[in-house]
This record gives sequence, structure tokens and C-alpha cells, in this order.
Amino acid sequence: MQLTVWTYEGPPHIGAMRIANSMDGLHYVLHAPQGDTYADLLFTMIERNDKRPPVTYTTFQARDLGGDTAELFKSSAKAAYDRFRPDAMIVGASCTAELIQDDPGGLAKALALDCPVIPLDLPAYQKKENWGAAETFYQLVRAFAGTRIPAPGTERPQRAAGERARCNILGPTSLGFRNRDDVTEILRLLADLKIEVNVVAPQGARPTDLTRLPDADFNIVLYPEVAQNAANWLKRTFGQPFTTTVPIGVAATRAFVKEVCELAGVDSTAFLSRERSRLPWYSRSIDSTYLTGKRVFIFGDATHAIAAAKVANSELGFKVVGLGTYSREFARDVREAAKEYGVEALITDDYLEVEQAVRDLHPELVLGTQMERHIAKRLGVPCAVISAPIHVQDFPARYAPQMGFEGANVLFDTWVHPLMMGLEEHLLQMFRDDFEFHDGAGPSHLGGHGGARETVADVPAAVVAAAPSADTIVLETPVAAAAEGPGGWAADAEKELGKIPFFVRGKARRNTERYAAERGIRTITLETLYEAKSHYSR
Amino acid sequence: MTSVLASAKALSKEACATGERPVLRERGQREVFCGLTGIIWLHRKIQDAFFLVVGSRTCAHLIQSAAGVMIFAEPRFATAILDERDLAGLADANEELDRVVGRLLERRPDIRMLFLVGSCPSEVIKLDLSRAAERLSVQHAPNVRILNYSGSGIETTFTQGEDACLASLVPQLPERTETTPHLLVAGALADIVEDQFRRIFSELGMTDVAFLPPRKSSDLPAVGPGTRVLLAQPFLTDTTARLQERGCEILTAAFPYGVEGTMAWLWTVADLWGVPRARFDEVVAPAAVRARKALDAHKFRLAGKRVFFFPDSQLEIPLARFLHEELDMIPVEVGTPYLNQKQMAFDLAKLPADTLVSEGQDVERQLDRCREAKPDLIVCGLGLANPLEAEGFTTKWSIELLFTPVQGFEQAGDLAELFTRPLVRRTRLEV
Repeated sequence: MQLTVWTYEGPPHIGAMRIANSMDGLHYVLHAPQGDTYADLLFTMIERNDKRPPVTYTTFQARDLGGDTAELFKSSAKAAYDRFRPDAMIVGASCTAELIQDDPGGLAKALALDCPVIPLDLPAYQKKENWGAAETFYQLVRAFAGTRIPAPGTERPQRAAGERARCNILGPTSLGFRNRDDVTEILRLLADLKIEVNVVAPQGARPTDLTRLPDADFNIVLYPEVAQNAANWLKRTFGQPFTTTVPIGVAATRAFVKEVCELAGVDSTAFLSRERSRLPWYSRSIDSTYLTGKRVFIFGDATHAIAAAKVANSELGFKVVGLGTYSREFARDVREAAKEYGVEALITDDYLEVEQAVRDLHPELVLGTQMERHIAKRLGVPCAVISAPIHVQDFPARYAPQMGFEGANVLFDTWVHPLMMGLEEHLLQMFRDDFEFHDGAGPSHLGGHGGARETVADVPAAVVAAAPSADTIVLETPVAAAAEGPGGWAADAEKELGKIPFFVRGKARRNTERYAAERGIRTITLETLYEAKSHYSR
Repeated sequence: MTSVLASAKALSKEACATGERPVLRERGQREVFCGLTGIIWLHRKIQDAFFLVVGSRTCAHLIQSAAGVMIFAEPRFATAILDERDLAGLADANEELDRVVGRLLERRPDIRMLFLVGSCPSEVIKLDLSRAAERLSVQHAPNVRILNYSGSGIETTFTQGEDACLASLVPQLPERTETTPHLLVAGALADIVEDQFRRIFSELGMTDVAFLPPRKSSDLPAVGPGTRVLLAQPFLTDTTARLQERGCEILTAAFPYGVEGTMAWLWTVADLWGVPRARFDEVVAPAAVRARKALDAHKFRLAGKRVFFFPDSQLEIPLARFLHEELDMIPVEVGTPYLNQKQMAFDLAKLPADTLVSEGQDVERQLDRCREAKPDLIVCGLGLANPLEAEGFTTKWSIELLFTPVQGFEQAGDLAELFTRPLVRRTRLEV
């Protein structure tokens, strides 16, 4: 059993549902107890879809368990086919149905419906949402493109001279973070490069479109979490190479363009010389100087976390102090990326561990998921969302890609926005007692921060006060810790510490305490504070 | 082709030729929440309680999708997610549960009552949470009391989760031996509504009034043979049964929606307590006048409009009664997940004869009936609301009716407003 306050991913059948909802003409019959239809509102409310997801649930109840749930599955599948007449169906079980072992695949086969039926085997107690999406997409690609497998030893036919290169775009799904606009951005880019797009899938594709996948010269994998398995199989089976760069950030977009052009046999020089992201200039303009070395903690799915770290480090000049992911399937990639920044990757799906890491690392900015917004709010750290899981506000009406050159513009604005602006930051350091412009009141342009909160940088370990505001509840037991013991602070030193701006105060406290501990200093004085400062500023 | 609505009505008559109200009973796909969803409001109502769901990732995902992602405070709910090792019997489920509960209580020392909430997976694998609750109660006594109920989809629909939760509280209530009558109001109400009712009861001379659930687990009301139970919510079938076992008398009344509902609800007890009608009228008159005035502001928009209820919370029948009797709306079909005819008698009797009352659901067929009926307003869940709006219908999402203070005189106008708002919005938007 795992104690879970928030979960980063849903169960695998949600992933399958995302694939079904992304496509046209595909219906999903899901053996599930009453209540699992809650998943519909992910699509109708969070993504604001204007139609019901193409999912029929058997919604069995306790009284059905005594009877024939297999029969219930069969009649539901038959009724769904008769009503919706899909091009193809996927069938599977949710976590509870997995326990009763009715074998939806076999039952559906016995119905001999007049459309292809793809059974899904999604182990709900081992795997999660993204795995479910990837597996479902892979099974669908295999089922439809699999009809075109060439005889062994067949050479991939060469493209005729003068014919444009063609690619597939793989990975965008329903409920994916900004997938809608990312696809638009990438399609624009490809149109500029005069590269044809054969199929975009799963978003917007019909099952029959998947049969056409082998017609492309190569594949673009936008979201490895969903499309990596399918792309690997297409490469093995049809010799289609695929892209490995995810175009998030300016540098990554440029690398992506080069990679795509190489695969397509197109010259990228002219295109790349017409730079069109504003990020590089905005980031170079002196207004951004104060962003240098801002300590940032990054967490999300592997793709977005790795990309964000790169952008944060090399395009905004932040310092990456923490990098992690909940995508265990891609843990190796994240570990490797983390090495570049001299940090150890945090691979976990335990919200409490992430919270602890943020607490320990004292970042000045958190780039994460909806869940990190909870953490950042409690700790009073600015935060921006870079990855699913997300909520309704991250399915915006406006054009808001993360990918490509416009995506980089969006990233710049989104990440800088939660930070306090430069002048405000300076004034806070100079005048500490201003009654309305005080420490921890939060960036003034964001307003409404008032009220007490637990500030990661501010609260001495010994005194975690109960937050009075109704919507914050203090979690930790107040720990009776070393206020006067070894490593304790003298009053004047403690007071001086309070004069350090709040967003770096936690780090200053930790460094000083470490410095004192290493040297066996029992009481931290003003001297110790400044000695530590000079020691660590080397 | 015969109309699906007409044939449904014919069927419902056939199904019940006993003189009771005909009800169409349907089975098929049910587009409803499971009882776990009740945690969303219960964890705020009982301020020192924590709800630990023992279930799968789906359960955790459900609560977080239905509410959690909107709530930025540390919630007082969590899920102990079963994994392979628990299913394969590799891990002793009870030891695992003890460990998780230990970790949780360490983290939240402010918690005084912990509910172990059963789910579909835990019910199907027959994890005995009631014994676990007993064992853990001993272990963590006297600081934390640990109880158990099931909020699984296979057993409970949406608000039945509250019923199951309150039912699990009943055996914990202290015994009251005096047989002098006192009042217990059952069903979670918004704090402000609870306070209003308390004031009215006190003006009627009834000071010995308790509410279930209480705001703090230390304030559990005592019950016994003198207890008269007035239901503030229509979905408390199991809770009433448990209270009856404790010797309580369950009153049959209206439900306190709108002026007429609230009036009838209050009069049931006032009458029983021997309050003279004149005194009763005197006490409630100012609030009733205010409420009627508030309703009038909405009546012109709602009168004559046809309303269709999809099943969700068991609030449908009392609400349809309110919309019909007090705002002149025409209920076309009133769906409810479960119909307790006895508790619902007052409201049921006031629905027009040609209103189709349906229990259970086959969502596709019900959608067919709904589309054919072309109602002016559809009360339905979040899975159906936007798709129906996109088809050109006006909808009122039903869950809000549980999240908003709607009972009593002072909220009658607000309740009506919940139904006018989508209609007003539709006429106001020009794009």
C-alpha cells in the first residue's frame, strides 16, 4: 500500500481513454464499476470538450457481482457497437474489473462484431496513465499498420526525385499539456520547411489513418511518454527513423529543425537564419539580468522536465537546484540530464517526497505540475506549470504552445511572471520595514498574497507556526528543535538573518548552519553568519 | 415510430399498477459518481476527521479530479493505494494498513477521527476494514477514533457515501437514557444553514437540538428512545435504519427546499413539540415573506419552463417539487439513482401526474428521451453538461446543489437562482 495525498498519474485505463478520445471513429468499451464514469469529466470539464468521450462503461454494481458480469460486458459492447458504429473498438478493464477477470478481449471476440476489436491488457496495480496511453497507442498502431508489414528483406522504397519528404507526427493526445497548440506550432514549422505531414496521431486520426502510417519517410515523436513504443515498432517494422529531440526551448527547437531536415533531406540553413523567437533577446535584455542564478526546482513528466531544465539553465540563466520526474519509464534520461546540472534526479511518484525536496532545496522558483502548485503555495514559493497533471486553467482559450519558437515566447512570459520584479527586489533588500512593501508579501503585481503562510525560507526549523488562514493547514508537528543547542543562533545573528531577502534566506540559514556544524561552532554569531557568507561565495 | 418518452411512461405505468406512483426502473450504463465523492464535503464538515480511502489509483484519481485539484489547502483525505503485492498476498494487507495509518497520524497529529473508506477494489478482494478499524482504534486510543464505511461504486451512488459515513457514526453516538423528546437533525448542512435552523428551533422553544454530523468529532450527539430524527437530506436510508436500531424515531417530512418545503419540514417538528400554529407562523413569517419575495424575482424566468433531471444525488424529487410547486416549472422527467418512496412521499405526491419518475439509469436511452423532450433546462452531471450545451440545451450541473447552501428560507432565492443563472446566461451571451 502506498499513502497517496495527490497522484501524478491516473490509472492506465485513463491513458487508454485519452487515446480513444483523441481519435475519431474509435470506441472504448470499459468494464468498470459504477462511478468510474467520473473520468468523463476530465474531458468534458477540464479539457472542455463539447462531446462525450467515446467510452461505454459497464458500470456494474454489487448485485451484478453475484450474477453474470461477463454477460453484462457482452451486452454493453454489443449495444455500444449498434449505437455508435465505430470503425474500430478497444476493450478493456478498469482496476476493479481486473480483479473479477472477465476477459473483455475474449468476450468481445466472441461477439464477432463487424469491426476490428483490439483488446487492451493494462495492469492497473502496476502501471499508470502514460503507460496506458503508450500501450494503447502501440497496440492500435500494430493492429492497423500491421496489415502493411512488408515481406522480410524488402527494401524501403526510395522517395521519387522531386517528391517532398513526408512525416508522421506521433504523440499528441487529449488531456496532454498544451498538445493542441504544440501541434499547430510544429505543423507551421513543417510547412515553412516544405515537409509534408502524412498522419498526425493519435490526436485527430481515425483508425484507418493508422494504416497509412508506413507511407511516411520518418516519424516525429513529440511526446515520448505516449509515442515512443509505437515509434520504435515502426522503425523496426518499416525502417522509419524518428526524431529524438523534443522542440521545447529555442536551442531544442533549432536542434529539432536540424534533425528533421536531415531526415527529410532538406537544407535548414536559410530557415534557421530567420530566428523568430523573442526569448533570446528578452533574456539578454538587461531587465533580465536579475534572473541570473535564480534557484529553480523542476518536476514533471520526463519530457517536459528535461526540456525545462535546459531552458532554465541555458536560455534564462537560472540555476537548476533540483530536477525530477514521476515518469519512471524515463528515469534514466532524467538522471542523465540531472548530472549536467550537478544535481541528483528525484525519481518518485510520491507527492510527499517532492514536497520534502522542495522544502530542503529552498528554490526561488518551482517549475512543476498542478501538484507542485500546491507545494509552492504552502511554502510561499513562486511557481509555474510546465507539465501534466494540470487543471482547467492550463487548457487555455488563447494560443499557448510550449514547443517551437512561439512556445519559447510563452515559456519566457510564464516562468518570469511569478517572480518579483527587479526593482521591487532591490528595494526590499534596502528597506526592510516598509509596512506594505514587506518581505513575503509576495510579488506586488500578483496581489492577494496576504495572510500568514509558511515560508520555506523564513521559518526556523523549530517554529512552524500554525497558519491562521482557513485554507492553509499546517502539516508538521512543531518540532522542539535546537534553538539554543549546538548550532543555535545568537539573537543578533538571528536578527541579521532576517534582513536577508526572504527568497534566499533559507539558503543562507542552511549554509551558515552547515558552516558552523563543520567547524564545531556552538553558537552562531554575527561573525559566523558573515564568515559563512564569504566562505560560500567563493 | 412511437415516442421514446411516451413508451417510457407507458412502461413505468405497467411496472407499477399497485396504486403507488408509477416509476420507470432502468438498468444500464449509469453516469453517476460513486460514494467516495461524499468525502469532498464531509472532510470540511467534520473538522477533525480524516478520510483514508483504501483503494486503487482510480479512487485517488477520482477524488482529486472531482475536487482535489481545485483545492489548494492540505486536504483531509488521502488514498492508501493497493498494489500488486497487496493483491498477491505478498504483503499482509493489515500490516500494510497499520503502517500507512501510522504514517498518516504521525503527519497529522490534529486528527481525532479517521474513516477507513472502502472502495470497489477493497470490497471485491474482501479486505475487512471494519476489523481493521477496530484493531487500529485500540492501537491509537484515546487520541484517535477509527471508523469504517464503504464509499464504493458497486454499493453506493454519490450522496449515499454520506449516508454510509453517518451510518458508521451512529453506533459511536453516546447513549441517552432520558426519554423526554429531543431533536436530532440528520444530514450535513452548510454551517450557515445549520445556524439558521438552530435559531428558528430556539425561537420555537426547542433548545435541545443536535445535528449529525457534528462539526467536531468530540461533539457527537447522544441518542436514545427520546430522539426524534428530522432528515435534512433525502439520501439517509441506512443512517435512519441505524438510528432506529438505537431506539430513535424517524419523522417523515418534506425536505427543506424553498418556502413550502422548509415550512412543512419545520412544522413537522413544531407540531410534534406542541408549538401552537399561531406561534409557529409568528416565528417563521418574516423569513417566509423574505423568501417568497426572493423567489418572485426568479419566478417570471422559470414559470412554464420544462425541466429534466438526470439521476445524481436523490435530491432530484424534492428539487423538482420545489421548482414545480413554488416556481411553476414543469418537470418532464425526474431521474433519481435510488428512490425511497416512504421518505419521499411528501415531495413525490406534489409532482404532476404526467411527470415521469425514473429510478436507475440507462444513460443512452435517457439521453434519447431527453433529446426528444427538448426541455428548457436539464439538471445533469458534469460528464453530460457541456456535451448537452453543445447540442443547444441549457443545463444546470447538479453537483453544485450539494456544494451550495440551498436549504431553508434564507437560501430559497439562492436555490432558485442556481436554476435561473444558466438560462439568464444563455440569453445574455451574444456570441
